[in-house]
Amino acid sequence: MSKRTAATPFALWMGIFTVVPMAIVLWFAFTDETGAFTTANIAKIWQFAGTYVDSIWMGALATVICLVLAYPVALSISRKSEHMQRTMVMIVMLPMWMNFLLRTYAWMTLLENNGLINQFLRTIGVIGPDATLSMINTDGAVVLGMVYNFLPFMILPLYSVMAKMDHRIIEAAQDLGCNSWQVFRRVILPLSAPGIVSGVTMVFVPAVSTFVISKLLGGSKYMMIGDVIETMFVGDGCDYNVGAALSLVLMVLMLICMSLMRKVDNGEDELGGMMT
Amino acid sequence: MNENKIIELKDIAVSFDGEPVLKHLDLSISDGEFVTLLGPSGCGKTTTLRIIAGFITPDHGDVFFDGKRVNDVPPYKRTVNTIFQRYALFPHLNVYENVAFGMRVQKKSKQEIDETVTRMLQLVNLKGFEKRSVAKLSGGQQQRVAIARALANNPRVLLLDEPLAALDLKLRKDMQTELKNIQKSLGISFIYVTHDQEEALSMSDTVVVMDDGVIQQIGTPQDIYNEPQNAFVADFIGESNILDGVMLEDYLVEFFGRKFSCLDAGFDKNEPVDVVIRPEDIDIVEPVKGHLTGTVTNVTFKGVHYDTIVDFKGFKWLIQTTDFYPEGSVIGIVLNPEDIHVMKKSAYSGMFGDYSSYSEEFDELGDAVAAAEAEEAEE
Amino acid sequence: MKTLSRIYNFLIFGFLYAPIVVLIAYSFNDSKNRVEWGGFTFDWYKELFNNELIIDSLWLTLQIAVLAAVVATVIGTMAAVGIYSMNGRLKTLMMGINNIPMVNPEIVTGISMMLMFVAIYRATGLLQPGFATLLISHITFCIPYVVLQVMPKLRQMNRHTYEAALDLGCRPFPAFFKVVLPEIMPGVITGAMMAFTMSLDDFVISYFNSGASAQNLSVTIYSMTKKPVTPEINALSTLLFGTVLILLVAVNVRQVRDLNKQKERR
Repeated sequence: MSKRTAATPFALWMGIFTVVPMAIVLWFAFTDETGAFTTANIAKIWQFAGTYVDSIWMGALATVICLVLAYPVALSISRKSEHMQRTMVMIVMLPMWMNFLLRTYAWMTLLENNGLINQFLRTIGVIGPDATLSMINTDGAVVLGMVYNFLPFMILPLYSVMAKMDHRIIEAAQDLGCNSWQVFRRVILPLSAPGIVSGVTMVFVPAVSTFVISKLLGGSKYMMIGDVIETMFVGDGCDYNVGAALSLVLMVLMLICMSLMRKVDNGEDELGGMMT
Repeated sequence: MNENKIIELKDIAVSFDGEPVLKHLDLSISDGEFVTLLGPSGCGKTTTLRIIAGFITPDHGDVFFDGKRVNDVPPYKRTVNTIFQRYALFPHLNVYENVAFGMRVQKKSKQEIDETVTRMLQLVNLKGFEKRSVAKLSGGQQQRVAIARALANNPRVLLLDEPLAALDLKLRKDMQTELKNIQKSLGISFIYVTHDQEEALSMSDTVVVMDDGVIQQIGTPQDIYNEPQNAFVADFIGESNILDGVMLEDYLVEFFGRKFSCLDAGFDKNEPVDVVIRPEDIDIVEPVKGHLTGTVTNVTFKGVHYDTIVDFKGFKWLIQTTDFYPEGSVIGIVLNPEDIHVMKKSAYSGMFGDYSSYSEEFDELGDAVAAAEAEEAEE
Repeated sequence: MKTLSRIYNFLIFGFLYAPIVVLIAYSFNDSKNRVEWGGFTFDWYKELFNNELIIDSLWLTLQIAVLAAVVATVIGTMAAVGIYSMNGRLKTLMMGINNIPMVNPEIVTGISMMLMFVAIYRATGLLQPGFATLLISHITFCIPYVVLQVMPKLRQMNRHTYEAALDLGCRPFPAFFKVVLPEIMPGVITGAMMAFTMSLDDFVISYFNSGASAQNLSVTIYSMTKKPVTPEINALSTLLFGTVLILLVAVNVRQVRDLNKQKERR
């Protein structure tokens, strides 16, 4: 008996519940209700081209904001003492243990026209007693919700790459005459590239395909592609075939984005490889 | 040592992913013998050891243990035990439980286990370490636990895969002596894999020199050093100047346009041969009295002697001498018949034995690469 | 520079915790209105325990999470051992399959399984959306996490350790339990914990694969957010958050104590 056979249950399970369902999506995308082959579903996708673009744009925006916000945090955590690192990582992870719907819902309380932020602004007199800073049901609120929900997924992979970085490399760079900025640009940044890639992947894909954040914080007027897919599968006007086609295209788009990302990373790697 | 063959490998061939690793190898090992498999990384020595242990089944050929064919006997049923590279101790068990592991598997009585563990730890000088966690031991101590663990199973043959590679020089020397003593006192066979020629020469009854999946030479350490069979062995064991020569007749060889008498015979008339001259055998004399004259191009102080590189008509020799000859000085050398060793031409002819590119750094670089390769070979 | 980074970290952590503070505060708010503060009360905690819908789905969520974590850990650990001993194309294929649920948008994973369950139900009448479909879908997305946690532990392990056990007379199966499993245990436990939390917190995949008969907490909360949420749910999340906080602190304190002990021993 070879050790490989230990993977048999896995192969069976994943085959039946991951690979076969993917095939079924493919099948639904290219058939009509009667089961006959058609490309009509894919053709219908053009109606939603704008939604795809909007979703990718919002997801990309949220990803970039996450990266910019997370990088300094991850870097500063990675330079703390071992005990402090653990505590801070725990502080970052802890919010994830609270149901994300509830956390998003709490943002409604904060952002509403009569919400806590507006009340606070009125109290300190930044805006007039009857004025309102409208935040809820805007693009900004949706992006904020994404950044809020996915920020830990950016901080953690960045941190784990940075924590593994050999400190002597930084010292070596200083020894060779790099100032702090050059150390960052030429050593820390290229070496943290794998963390950036996995962080971006972990934020971008769920951000683009979300349907809850847009619903709660964007009101009904902001339809993300996730919302469209959801309506195709749940409720009265559902159409599995178009829904499958939409999902298929979303999947392919994400794969393209990710492989582009990897390519950029490999380019960086060559640079990094030369330096190490 | 008696002549009872405990292990025999007959016509063994193994390939990994289509790459031949062992090419029809024959080897037999006597009961109580200390055999060393010596060769560069990738030569197939570890593969040979793993075939004997039972971790690899050869594609071709037979393995005999005590005259019985054991090709398909799994490792856990073989009465051989192994000391692995970097020891492979069980990190979750303490010293006592590591040594007791094999006996626990065999469901030996508590009393017997207790006695054996105590005896084994005494043998390897680790008395009082029973309750220690193996992770907190030094490299040398871990090595001792590995020895005790393997010996506690009372093997007929102990297999050692580069056991001292991870230790520093001083400790390595001590352990060499200790291992040799253990082997003598137990009277069982040791099969020892190493790429360190000095280790091989100082510990073994028999040295098996391997390269490229083929056994190059089997013999006592003295044989291997004094009578290398080809340029590979001559170069791998110690330092050698290897020259092209022609065997004019028995006991007479010609090289560098000059005839030298030697102690070798049994070649064809005018057969081209490789001539080996060990650097420490060469006597330096005044230029006029020498068989050959050359110019010193490089001198390195080595403590006991000087490594002196001498240019003879464009061919650079290494000479080891206790006298100092400065760079640029012209010297003569005398070669006595017993200093000259003649070998048949082989695939290795012309690849070794010229010291033109000799330099200290080069040597060390080579060692570092070899060490890195040894790590990889473990993969 | 140091103070600057401290202030920055503080702001980011503030951002992460602001909504949680709001949730906790409002769980004690004596007003049905989400915004107004009507005084301090424990009423929502009392009502929480009378709300069968919430308690039932909490119970179901825990059941699913435990079962999914156990099954995924067993399958995933075995898979890691098997895949680790493979090489070449087969290994690449297996890792590729393992990555599908990780890189696919969750909504696509969710609907793909839903389509299959629907197809099976229509064809055979089996697997009506409910407990079984929910559990299967959770196991499926949990397995990859376990594999990815166990794999590096196998890689770190001295490969010869397992061989050493065989060499000392142990048969392959017991050798795995005696020697390999103890060494990869940290990875197995981390994998199980990740599987448990992922299952606990999952919404998207559950949303498409749970029937009316079996809704986990996330799905229940989602259906509640369509109307104004009553503060009972705030009370529940405060309780859950408190539990997790206490557990994590306890684990952390214990680890620190162990670490100190080890240092002393040295």
